Amino acid sequence: MYSRPSLVGLVVRYTLIGLALVYALFPVLWILSASFNPTNNLLEQRLFPANPTFEHYRRLFTDPTVPFPRWVLNTLQVSGITSVITVFLCALGAYAFSRFRFRGRRAGLLGLLLVQMFPQMLAMVAIYLLLIKIKEFIPWLGYNTHPGLIMVYLGGAMGFNTWFMKGYFDTIPRSVEESALVDGATPFQAFLRIVLPLARPILAVVLIIQFITTYSEYVLASILLKGTDMYTLSVGLRFFIQQAYDRRWGAFSAAAILGALLILAIFLPLQKLIISGLTGGAVKE
Amino acid sequence: MAGRVAIAQGLKLGLLALLDAAAVWAAISLLLRGDLLPLALLAAGALLLNYVVLSRRAYPLRFLLPGLVFLFAMVVYPIGYTVNVSLTNLQTGNLLTKVQVIAQLEGRYYLPPESETFSYWAFRNPQGELRVTLLAEDGCSYLSEGSTLVPVDLTDPRFVRGPDGTVVAFDDFSRLPLAEIYRSLPALERLDLTWEGVHVRLATIREFRTYLRKYEYLRDADAIRDLETGVVYTAREGYFTSPDGVRIEPGFQIYVGFRNYLDVLTNPGIRADFSRVFGWTVAWSFLTVFFSFWVGLVLAYLLNDPYVRGRFFYRSLLIIPYAMPAFISALVWAGLFNTDLGVINRIIGALFGTKVRWLQDPFWARTALIFINVWLTYPYMMIVSLGALQSIPKEMYEAARVDGATGWQRFWTITMPLLWVSVAPLLIGSFAFTFNNFTIIWLVTAGRPAVLGAATPAGATDILISWTYRLAFEGDRGNQLGLASAVSIIIFIIIATISAVNFRFTRALEDVSRGV
Repeated sequence: MYSRPSLVGLVVRYTLIGLALVYALFPVLWILSASFNPTNNLLEQRLFPANPTFEHYRRLFTDPTVPFPRWVLNTLQVSGITSVITVFLCALGAYAFSRFRFRGRRAGLLGLLLVQMFPQMLAMVAIYLLLIKIKEFIPWLGYNTHPGLIMVYLGGAMGFNTWFMKGYFDTIPRSVEESALVDGATPFQAFLRIVLPLARPILAVVLIIQFITTYSEYVLASILLKGTDMYTLSVGLRFFIQQAYDRRWGAFSAAAILGALLILAIFLPLQKLIISGLTGGAVKE
Repeated sequence: MAGRVAIAQGLKLGLLALLDAAAVWAAISLLLRGDLLPLALLAAGALLLNYVVLSRRAYPLRFLLPGLVFLFAMVVYPIGYTVNVSLTNLQTGNLLTKVQVIAQLEGRYYLPPESETFSYWAFRNPQGELRVTLLAEDGCSYLSEGSTLVPVDLTDPRFVRGPDGTVVAFDDFSRLPLAEIYRSLPALERLDLTWEGVHVRLATIREFRTYLRKYEYLRDADAIRDLETGVVYTAREGYFTSPDGVRIEPGFQIYVGFRNYLDVLTNPGIRADFSRVFGWTVAWSFLTVFFSFWVGLVLAYLLNDPYVRGRFFYRSLLIIPYAMPAFISALVWAGLFNTDLGVINRIIGALFGTKVRWLQDPFWARTALIFINVWLTYPYMMIVSLGALQSIPKEMYEAARVDGATGWQRFWTITMPLLWVSVAPLLIGSFAFTFNNFTIIWLVTAGRPAVLGAATPAGATDILISWTYRLAFEGDRGNQLGLASAVSIIIFIIIATISAVNFRFTRALEDVSRGV
């Protein structure tokens, strides 16, 4: 599709790529610079700080008025638990839809397809009221608790991921479990010992994508969590920088860099895997 | 083998028995508290669990149930609840049920003109029980017994008198000094003492007075009678309303049918806000997808060119905006676009000597949002296009070249049609996602700037979902939960329609591509 370009053609190509690189990287470089800049004020920042300093990073971990480590810990905990449970529960459900023939299977699949179209946050009012109600009966699972938030995320993750994994399980031939079943293994044992190991790629994709999605979730966390100690990183960082661009820019930038690095460290090495998941299963950004 | 199976069976049944025992215990405590709805849910859950574990026919459910529980509790039930609320008038001022409102009104009192006044002493015993002695103007004295008053003779030796001759203690109760009375005011205000059908309540810090009940519920007429004026208020449109239209606050929840939906379509103020927000939501989604697709496609085209060196390196850098968590990018961009402090205005200021009011002017705020969202979205488009470009068979280009087609012709007649087939459904999906991208809007502008004179709290950059959030959680007219839920359902209908179209479109496009 390409023929050897002329010199002008090459210049145009590299110019366009150069412009794109500036567009893509400018904000990242700018906060990287801000995070090493001694000032905390957006206005006084230069791209190359005169006396670079680690002060902002140090402050994130030592200043008790900035509960940054707490927020990171909360986020890792919520995202980690959510993604692990999601993988297990969705694999179970997907296996049943893929291997068993039972009454209501078609209706169940159709229902799943319908439900996963509904963006969970559209029901935020209902979820908010539901969690307040749950708190009356089970305080550790209700409003303003991490288990409650995890439960909400799990509900939202079931529809799409079960559907997505079922598609993959369908491609694993039934014959691989059949000998085990003939030898007297229960379907659950066959699932656990034979199918799951074969499905490792899809399990990894769902695990990683679910982790990143949960890590970045803002709306539900902001509705369901109250009090700075309970915040996840998204809610906490917004709370931290809101109305304070002139006072906390440096510390915020350091926090943004650390918060993004964690995800970049997962995303960039595994991008092939993640992108196959994001585009292969239609769209889920 | 058989032994292990028996052990596994035993373990399973043991665990089930344990869970059942816990369920029975929880059921009893719920029953004692009178919480019937959770009790019903618990009973249904326990029965289902037993059925699933014990019945062979329910075997597939053992795999499905754990996920379904979460799906039902956190998605299906909330959808149903949202539909339900969208058919009610639930909002600040109508949050209570009718039964709660009646109970509240029946607890209201008024001061009749011929009200009697009592001076009082308050007493407390070591257990914290509060009692009062009242002294009427006619010299009769009373002592509170629970919520009733009984006449007493204060000269009884049971009442201990202090040096100034007043009662300071009786039984194990001792009199509260004034400072303590202040502290106990809430408890004193709650006291509702009755004597011969008359209510005696605290009126000022120094005295109790007789009160009469203000309202009485007339069950047969479903109305509230004002016992002071005799006016009858009938239940109408969520309020008890008098014949000449006066309403008693608070109102109560009622089903209003499709009124919230009709309001969105016909109420002039709400309709104006809805159309404006809807128009911007569509423009925001369309322009984001349009620009990010073209930026992404051009970059994919460049990165696919074998004559460009370092393609993998550029690709890894250009993908970074997509790999960053979106909430971090949004907050960073909000800082860069800050009108007074942001670097973008500093560059513009240096070049043109002026300042753009990015986040205060509706047009510029929208421009900034689209600019930011294109930054966030183009890598996805780039990746998708790159994949699509690579899947186009090389022979087609060879054939075109033999036929003498120019590069430009090859792009529009071969590349675009084939690319379109695989990318179009993803673009529609991306449109649907952007349509509801609350996070970016909220973290960059929070829907601001505000629109003067809007009927609802809808800002200039609010999209439908953020408008819903405001209606529900931070309206200046309180929480309009009914209306917010109706808008949620309207959004869902729009998204479902787009998805359905996408589904058809995908198949149609596949048919088209087979024809090529």
